[in-house]
Amino acid sequence: MANRSQIIGGLAFAAAAVAAPFLPDWVVSLATIAFANALVVLGLIVLWRAGLVSFGQALYYCLGGYVVALIARWTGFTDAFVLVLLGGIVGGIVAFILGFLIARYREIFFAMLSLALSMILYGVLVKTESLGSTDGFSVLTPTFIGYAPHRDALNLALYWLTLGICAFSALGVGAYFRTIAGALAAPVRDNEIRVEFLGVSVSHVIHVKVVIAGILGGLGGGLAALAIGHVDPNMAYWTTSGSFMFVAILAGAGSVAAAFVGSLLFEGVRSFAADTMPQFWQMILGTALLVTILFVPEGLGSLLLRLRRRKARPS
Amino acid sequence: MLTALSILTDGLAYAAYLFIIAIGLTLIFGVMKILNVAHGSFYAFGAYGAATAVGIYFNGHDWNAAGGFLFMVIAGMAIGLVLGLVLERGILRWVYGKDEVIVVLVTYAVFLILEDLVVLIWGAQSYPAYQPLVAAGSIDLGDLVLSNYDIVLVVLAALLAVGSSWALRFTRYGRLLTTVIFDREIAAAFGINVTVVYTVTFLIGAMLGALSGAVMAPKISVTLGIGVEVIVLAFAVVAIGGMGSIEGALVGALIVGICRAAAVHLVPQIELFVIYGVMAAVLIVRPYGLFVRAQPRKI
Repeated sequence: MANRSQIIGGLAFAAAAVAAPFLPDWVVSLATIAFANALVVLGLIVLWRAGLVSFGQALYYCLGGYVVALIARWTGFTDAFVLVLLGGIVGGIVAFILGFLIARYREIFFAMLSLALSMILYGVLVKTESLGSTDGFSVLTPTFIGYAPHRDALNLALYWLTLGICAFSALGVGAYFRTIAGALAAPVRDNEIRVEFLGVSVSHVIHVKVVIAGILGGLGGGLAALAIGHVDPNMAYWTTSGSFMFVAILAGAGSVAAAFVGSLLFEGVRSFAADTMPQFWQMILGTALLVTILFVPEGLGSLLLRLRRRKARPS
Repeated sequence: MLTALSILTDGLAYAAYLFIIAIGLTLIFGVMKILNVAHGSFYAFGAYGAATAVGIYFNGHDWNAAGGFLFMVIAGMAIGLVLGLVLERGILRWVYGKDEVIVVLVTYAVFLILEDLVVLIWGAQSYPAYQPLVAAGSIDLGDLVLSNYDIVLVVLAALLAVGSSWALRFTRYGRLLTTVIFDREIAAAFGINVTVVYTVTFLIGAMLGALSGAVMAPKISVTLGIGVEVIVLAFAVVAIGGMGSIEGALVGALIVGICRAAAVHLVPQIELFVIYGVMAAVLIVRPYGLFVRAQPRKI
């Protein structure tokens, strides 16, 4: 079963990679940002499986973005692979340090503390004039091991880089879900004291999840910074976290693929709405979120699972 | 010395403003266990309603300014009442009993919808409503200038604090509330109509949220996105004091107010940082806030 979904996922990624040169330019840029954001959403899903909602995941997203932008600006080093990787590493390290604190919290308190931490970063960035305050600053054009593409070629290269990192992350998170620590997510959510009676440290399990989500957030932020070519403090604002949470809830915690499909759908609808009816965009979002929570609480990904189950058991 | 005094007065005025916002939020959380993100929308609707009311009242008339203030407050609270009623009866009652974090997301969805509704109703331009602030005038104490309007706000916040704790302790409805806060199911078993208590509480909370927007309208430029900023501030205040505690909201508002005023006067670069820094620091030491005792874990 696991193998089959890996094959399907691999094929989907391969198809997405091969299709790119034949797609219009704007679709490729849109998909790049959507997949970069999907990494953050994937991190949220890792947490959400254990019943944790983070209203501050934008902290790692913003960190990743600023790390990429700052290293390129200070050292002139522009290799995309290394920069994005560094973004992920910094996200992971910060998550590791904050994890000692945040892994002790649950439910609403987890959400509030993560919110506070991301707003601290926002507050610092907004007042740092050397980094452009609220305007932020632009990111140098990245290179790929000496290859320095421009315009369309750059878009494609970034897209493939994003796809590659997404594929690795999806594989990694999928593998993590099948480990014991990953499988303990649902029991932790249901009743963590019983999990502790099994001899497992719940806060350790959660700490690992926080770090994974941090790394994914950093990677996503780094990729998004390169793709957009600009970073600003709004990357750390709570509404950014909110929209990641939105995609996670919409997609549901059921599967890894849901994060990518959900994020692509989200960016697609967003650019469509921004073109045709910008004044209704948040209203559409809010309504979709409400309908999802009220009628499909497991997320849209669960509809597929339900369909598959029905097929498996013909009545 | 002057700096210390102005930190104190600015801090108090800001704390009053924060408390008026936070009290509705903490009341709703205390009774219903709902962390209401849509409180930011109540604030925004209250502010827009008040600005419209001020526009109508002062435009071309030479009526009494105090009446204008009253009209503004009533208009704001009326909007809060209607909005609260629609929300509670229309949406929230379907999600009672769901996970707390799920309900947060529901209110977040409502918040998103209402953000656009504001634009639909009032458009994208900003509304000035400075007339009550100007009409109130100011007092000079040596080098220190105090706006009378700020004094009114502080008095209003103090009245709310005293009034709410009095109402909780000594009125029949307050006693009922305390029972529901303590244990919802036992309260229901004793014949308290929890549904009605919920509705009334939510309406009071919504009206307080709109009231905070209304009284702030003259001090700020009523424009898009005010709800977004306010709601995280209110979260910080409520989290510091302890969610659901009115004394907590008061102390949280004072702490944040004074700290921010001190930062603004001494090191303006850290203005925003200070608010959330204090919040994180308090949560590290007391995860449930200053005025709420830790809950025992249930097996």
